[in-house]
Amino acid sequence: MKKTMTFAAALLAASVLSGMASAKTLVYCSEASPANFDPGTTTGGNDFDASSRTVYSRLVEFKHGGTEIEPGLADKWEISDDGLVYTFHLHPGVKFQTTDYFKPTRDLNADDVVFSFDRQFNKQNPWNGDKYLPNLTWDYYTGMDMPKYVAKWEKVDDLTVKLTLTEPNAPMLANLGMDFASIVSKEYADQLQKDGKMADFSTKPVGTGPFQFVDYQLDSVIRYAANPDYFKGKEKIDDLVFAITPDATARIQKVLAGECDVAPYPNPADIATIKTNKDVTLMDQAGLNIGYMSYNTTIPPLDKPEVRHALNQAIDREALIKSLFQDAGATPAENLIPPTMWSWNKDVKTDTYNPEAAKKVLADAGLKEIQLWAADRVRPYNPNFQRAAELIQADWAKVGVKANIVNYEWTKYREEGKKKDRPGAFQIGWTGDNGDPDNFFATLFACSAIGVSNYSSWCDKDFEDLIQKAKKTSDQAERTKLYEQAQVIFAKQAPAFLLAHSQVYAVVRNNVTGFKMDPLGIHRFDGVDKSE
Amino acid sequence: MMLRYLLNKIALLIPTLVGITICAFAFVRLLPGDPILAMAGEHGVAPARYEELKQQFGYNLPIWEQYARYVGEVATGDFGVSISSKRPVLEEFKTLFPATLELSFFAMVFAMVIGIPAGIFAAVKRGSWFDQSLMGTALVGYSMPIFWWGLLLIIFFSGYLGWTPVSGRIGLQFFFKPITGFMTVDSLLYGKWDAFRSALSHLVLPAIVLGTIPLAVIARQTRSAMLEVLGEDYVRTARAKGLSAARVIGVHALRNALIPVVTTIGLQVGTLLAGAILTETIFAWPGIGKWMVDSIFKRDYVVVQSGLLLIALIVMAVNLIVDVLYAVINPRIRAA
Repeated sequence: MKKTMTFAAALLAASVLSGMASAKTLVYCSEASPANFDPGTTTGGNDFDASSRTVYSRLVEFKHGGTEIEPGLADKWEISDDGLVYTFHLHPGVKFQTTDYFKPTRDLNADDVVFSFDRQFNKQNPWNGDKYLPNLTWDYYTGMDMPKYVAKWEKVDDLTVKLTLTEPNAPMLANLGMDFASIVSKEYADQLQKDGKMADFSTKPVGTGPFQFVDYQLDSVIRYAANPDYFKGKEKIDDLVFAITPDATARIQKVLAGECDVAPYPNPADIATIKTNKDVTLMDQAGLNIGYMSYNTTIPPLDKPEVRHALNQAIDREALIKSLFQDAGATPAENLIPPTMWSWNKDVKTDTYNPEAAKKVLADAGLKEIQLWAADRVRPYNPNFQRAAELIQADWAKVGVKANIVNYEWTKYREEGKKKDRPGAFQIGWTGDNGDPDNFFATLFACSAIGVSNYSSWCDKDFEDLIQKAKKTSDQAERTKLYEQAQVIFAKQAPAFLLAHSQVYAVVRNNVTGFKMDPLGIHRFDGVDKSE
Repeated sequence: MMLRYLLNKIALLIPTLVGITICAFAFVRLLPGDPILAMAGEHGVAPARYEELKQQFGYNLPIWEQYARYVGEVATGDFGVSISSKRPVLEEFKTLFPATLELSFFAMVFAMVIGIPAGIFAAVKRGSWFDQSLMGTALVGYSMPIFWWGLLLIIFFSGYLGWTPVSGRIGLQFFFKPITGFMTVDSLLYGKWDAFRSALSHLVLPAIVLGTIPLAVIARQTRSAMLEVLGEDYVRTARAKGLSAARVIGVHALRNALIPVVTTIGLQVGTLLAGAILTETIFAWPGIGKWMVDSIFKRDYVVVQSGLLLIALIVMAVNLIVDVLYAVINPRIRAA
């Protein structure tokens, strides 16, 4: 008997050890510590990588590596003809993660979905305010105008949820794929509330996503394990580790040394070194952003499209992009939206460099002087406003226009710049939220955005009709057509000079497969595998 | 006599402390941008919502009232709650401080083990090529930008030679709940030798980087203190008695020369904590230096001002201890 026991113990030990040896661990060198693990309460890309994209899932998801919407926790959904009612049918049998701090007794149901949103706006919900965490602001929920559009969330039955809107808003679906829309467990919340440990909800997350949370050593390492009950099937890697490495050079050295498998955001100066290394691959993609310069289209002579075209033509854009972005590179912008976004119109081209033609038009229009605005900030879509201003100033001088550069501190800059009667050309840009074209076109150039974020004070009836119609249409093919037309009008009217979409990079070791650059700027590890 | 000296020293700390609270409070508010805009990111925030949030965080109050509130809270031991992580500042500080302490300790050991003997040797061989090159190197070490020095070591030793890990505190395969918070101690408490080795190897580069400036200072200070002492009558007497050179230097001269060196070492604590800010950021070392940098970028006023205050308190406490020790070693000070 004793012998058998010893044998069994040895066998067990051996199997445990061999299991350990074969466990696949993927290490991601992340750029910053997450604020916490509740995606409803945070705003940073690094926060979302560490919480919503690993631990949680949403009703709908963005296609891996794209901006299209695909089913998530909801297998399918219907939108009423008036565009006001969305009915979601939940995937049956979805399990919340079982961890050492929470053992779910039931599957995901409509209560969880309703709770996930209710807590973000309902002041009566105990999870909305100070009882949960001090000074909660629910930035994305309000930032995406959810309070304005959402009338109510209702449970129809355990597996059916109904969302009613106040007015038709097709981008709503994309909003529901965003990080703040992650579905949390009501059962877990109730348990923590009962135990008086509500704050744990933000430090010990429980979701339905591909990985479950194991441990976080503050500012150092986050550990996850593959969720064995993941409703889309268990991931191929067993353990996922985030090694928090804020310095870009150290991060890249770590990938090169094999201490991590994937690292984002290399220094532009390191890109040449990375390219020559045979163990790693440099992945890149045009980011979900746009750098541009808005002309105030209400002040003569900038109210004439031909004058705006001439100013665009006078700028040597290729040289400008090269000087600004250097080794990091950027994709010259042809449209307001980047080419990674659906509805991008490949046939539309922006103005090309032609100083001779420009000179004549500008002389005829009598444009001698113009204000040229520059902020003091580094933005992803424009690393140096001041340098850009100086180069554009020199280009315009060649066609007989004297540009006077106006400088402000970033906050004041935007404050002054958005005023309806702000003169001249104003450098600015945008980083998208939800991959929906509306998030670019309507946010930046709708008539209603004048004085808010329409820095061109541009209100074009044809353009406006198209984007408003697209906002209310739920059929994506139809919407694509509308936005394609809107881009044609935009190019013709030229309310702004389009600069570039900055390039986003990640460094990946060659034995990693399935990692994709994501236009939304997130880093996902579902579907990723690693060979020895 | 000693008690009066001590009380005097403590009384002097009070205005310093007040000054620090004012500086910490003012500096973060002088930074362009504010925490509400930092949180809102590219969107900006609607003016009405901005006002609402200002009120929620208490930033709408007059500045002196905000300051009074802050001092009142700190005086009762409430260091506030981080704006971004929503965790108590003191709790985060306690979690992260051991990492900084461990790194500083090893940096100091490195600085002393090399700095003191080098300083003695340079003094004894005054004017020799060794003395001159040592003093030259010390000057370079003292002037070296930490950031550049750290990256250089990483690229050469970790990247090119592959001798040391690039960054972090311990190999990722080691995973245990902290007991003391010191990786080297905890790994031994768990009886994991390979974890201990891993923790040590992760300490090598950051300790060298952080220890470089103190090393230069200690070497120079030891040298000049030794030179002074070597010219004293009692050293000549000791030599005249026929004692060996080693005994004269090691016992008679060194013991007296060490008094100013001890003070220097104590004063280096401030340098270490300042250096930790850069060193920890480069080496992804999860200590309070990196924590402060992150918080500045997030405009997390609460963490920055309370963190500065906590760090200042530690520096002040160490300086006080050094002053007292100095008085103990050297009774002449007390009379002064």
